[in-house]
Amino acid sequence: MINTAPVDYYETVKSMGTILEVKNVVKTYPGVIALNNVSLDIQQGEIHALIGENGAGKSTIIKTITGAIAPDDGEITISGKSYKSLTPQISRAEGIEAVYQEFNLAGSLTVAENIFIGQKLGKGPIFNLETLFAKAKEVLSMYDVDINPAEKVRDLTIARMQLVEIAKAVARNAKLLILDEPTAPLTDNEVSTLFSIIKKLNADGVTIIYISHRLEEIFELTDRVTVMRDGQTVGTDHTKNLNKEKLIEMMVGRTLQEAFPQRNINYGAELLELKNVSGNGVDDISFKLREGEIIGLAGLVGAGRTELARIIFGADKKESGEIFVRGEKVDIDSPAIAIKHGIGFLTEDRKAQGVLLSVSVKWNTTISVLRRISGALGFINSAKEKRITNDLTNSLSIKTPSIEQLVKNLSGGNQQKVALAKWMASDSKILIFDEPTRGIDVGAKHEIYLLINALAEKGVGIIIISSEMEEILGVSDRLIVLHEGKIAGRLEKNEFSQVNVLKLASGELDKDKEAV
Amino acid sequence: MNNVKGFLKEYAIGAFLLLIIVIMSILKPTIFLTVGNFVNILDQVAINGILTVGILFVMLAQGIDLSVGGMMAFSGVVGAKIITVFGIPYPLAVIVVLIICVLVGCLQGYIIVNTGIFPMIGTLAMMGVLGGAAYVISKGQYIIFPDNMDISFLGQGRIGGLIPVSVLVLLIVLVVASIVLNKTFFGRYFYLVGSNSEAARLSGIQTKLVQIVSYGISGLFASFAGIIYMSRLGSGSAQIYTGGWEMSCLTAAVIGGVSLMGGEGKVIKAFIGVLIIGVLTTSMIMLGIDAYAQKIVTGIVFLAAVCFDGISKQMATNAKMKIEEPAKQAG
Ligand SMILES: Nc1ncnc2c1ncn2[C@@H]1O[C@H](COP(=O)(O)OP(=O)(O)OP(=O)(O)O)[C@@H](O)[C@H]1O
Ligand SMILES: [Mg+2]
Repeated sequence: MINTAPVDYYETVKSMGTILEVKNVVKTYPGVIALNNVSLDIQQGEIHALIGENGAGKSTIIKTITGAIAPDDGEITISGKSYKSLTPQISRAEGIEAVYQEFNLAGSLTVAENIFIGQKLGKGPIFNLETLFAKAKEVLSMYDVDINPAEKVRDLTIARMQLVEIAKAVARNAKLLILDEPTAPLTDNEVSTLFSIIKKLNADGVTIIYISHRLEEIFELTDRVTVMRDGQTVGTDHTKNLNKEKLIEMMVGRTLQEAFPQRNINYGAELLELKNVSGNGVDDISFKLREGEIIGLAGLVGAGRTELARIIFGADKKESGEIFVRGEKVDIDSPAIAIKHGIGFLTEDRKAQGVLLSVSVKWNTTISVLRRISGALGFINSAKEKRITNDLTNSLSIKTPSIEQLVKNLSGGNQQKVALAKWMASDSKILIFDEPTRGIDVGAKHEIYLLINALAEKGVGIIIISSEMEEILGVSDRLIVLHEGKIAGRLEKNEFSQVNVLKLASGELDKDKEAV
Repeated sequence: MNNVKGFLKEYAIGAFLLLIIVIMSILKPTIFLTVGNFVNILDQVAINGILTVGILFVMLAQGIDLSVGGMMAFSGVVGAKIITVFGIPYPLAVIVVLIICVLVGCLQGYIIVNTGIFPMIGTLAMMGVLGGAAYVISKGQYIIFPDNMDISFLGQGRIGGLIPVSVLVLLIVLVVASIVLNKTFFGRYFYLVGSNSEAARLSGIQTKLVQIVSYGISGLFASFAGIIYMSRLGSGSAQIYTGGWEMSCLTAAVIGGVSLMGGEGKVIKAFIGVLIIGVLTTSMIMLGIDAYAQKIVTGIVFLAAVCFDGISKQMATNAKMKIEEPAKQAG
């Protein structure tokens, strides 16, 4: 199953030429062995997938290759030259470029400036903005990317920011491009745009390392796969020799049924009702949520799903309409009040809004219940706090050496789990999950669906937003599809299909049948 | 590598304090290394210590408070005035002053938080306003207390003839602030708001309120310091607002590892910062370094501390690669 036959391995190396070889690399952090003797070879011209559970060490190995961190031990060979450790300068000079999970763009600068950031253009100290724009346009149009070079990066959608990151790498003549979970924040449409660009880059001779938790993508895109687990490489094989089941088994060490878990549906009293709610880019939204119900909010990027969630949660203000919680009209003008009414909201933007990176896992988990676990004089019940955090760290299997670890030291997927833990800790009766499994591995995803189901069975009403079609169809009881801020239609479970959702989401069809 | 860095960050300032003490003990063993001298140093830093604890709350919640000197002068003058003119008993007057100053502090916070002006600018303006008010109320004169009234206890009293009352007060302030910040949800809010105010808001914390209250707390401690100083002077005076208080407690806080970006800082370490300045000042006096040269030294120490804070923050951001990070340059 796992190809470890040395003969075949070395033949491949010879026949194609190795662009990068990582040998026995070790990297430790206090309490964590992030990389434990990792070896990896990347062949000239291939698209090489790197997969593994959250915290397996994927991002860490990438950082040693780009010189962002120095390994404790081991050797990295690039185009025949060996290094004990790299610096970003050396790595870049060798033609290695990476697009990290967190982008590295200057939001207040234009697209063109970002693409050529840190590069010397022309001779003198002064350069012409027009030339810069023209050059940027040239790079962008090479891959049919239609972005105005004069636009400020912070005004772009996430998908377009990512394309700017890639354009930046192209402008530097990248020979090896590393993409760390590029599709996590993208919708299906955007993914196919990205894929055609990746394929074109590859056809032009750029070698690519591709990290993703979406296994279908591996089969669509890559030539070979390396699987990592607990800081080690489990094996490398040609993608064509593998299938999804095999990959999952290599990743998590056991087989896993991937289907969405079933749950006992038992609706109770009405929890939340929106009547003609407008504002913040959404228009005339009405729906009801009952105890034990899971409603999916579907739609394209910019359809107003997150905007609607933010109104319900009081993060943004509504202009008109009414909101009722348990039949009582409420005026939610801040998240603090929403939480008082038992509403919780997992934000889609983890780094900026979801977690506090520079404080501990414990502090993050209990932030929204801090007051409740404090005594009359305001003293925090620290035993209770530890218990809550430990319970959730276990049930979400958050990989961390201790609950005192700072969240910024966790892997991307584990940070996401911490953001989830915060709302699992709150006794919210209404939970809005915006992209709950972003960046989370297949095994853990399943666990999270089970947890969401358990919440619903306990009587919590849940609204879920997801750009992953499979997820939103699999988890929800019914769907509300938004198009340009309005409800384009509602789908019951028996009407669920990708086609139906897309028709409504694209505005092709408008069937807001349920009158209020 | 990480361990070493963490260790340095944790104990560097303590070691630095110890180093100054050891050097001075060698240079001036007879006058420096005495109980009396240490008690004196503590007595001298008491006011700075109290001010720094107040400013710590503000800095944790991503603000800064330059109005502390103005607040001190204001509280002293108002206190002296209501005692001498309206005949309000001393203890009651103290309470009234503290309440007024908390409210003024909160008002300052309210303006800063709701208009979004830079705290640095807002509190600088407030420093002028409060100092000016103190001048107007006192008409630029020392407000002297009647002979039959003794208000010297807080500022000049000594328990058992040795421990100054102000040092005791300082100790209480340090302990209470530590407990509040480390053990209560209320105290934790300052750290949470300071480390990511948007995420904190979306977790249900009323971030603006927390920030407003932080200025109120700073106002409380500054007015308390003002009352002690009034007791020390034996009069209410507006002049004291130009004493450079904001500079010295800001220096102490930054030396003590309180982050200028918010979210990071400990009472004990900030107080070690205060002690470093105190010991340094005393040492320079003992070594006969003149007052202006002293200013140069404390200025350099401040600059070094700020640079260190900046460098470690920059290392952190470089490692994290944030999108908001302003670009160094293009092209
Ligand atoms: N700066 C750090 N300090 C401490 N531990 C770290 C640090 N960086 C990474 N780690 C740890 O190293 C391990 C590997 O992390 P890494 O980010 O490489 O995982 P990953 O495979 O990219 O996971 P994900 O799929 O969640 O992104 C994790 O356990 C993480 O907690
Ligand atoms: Mg990662």
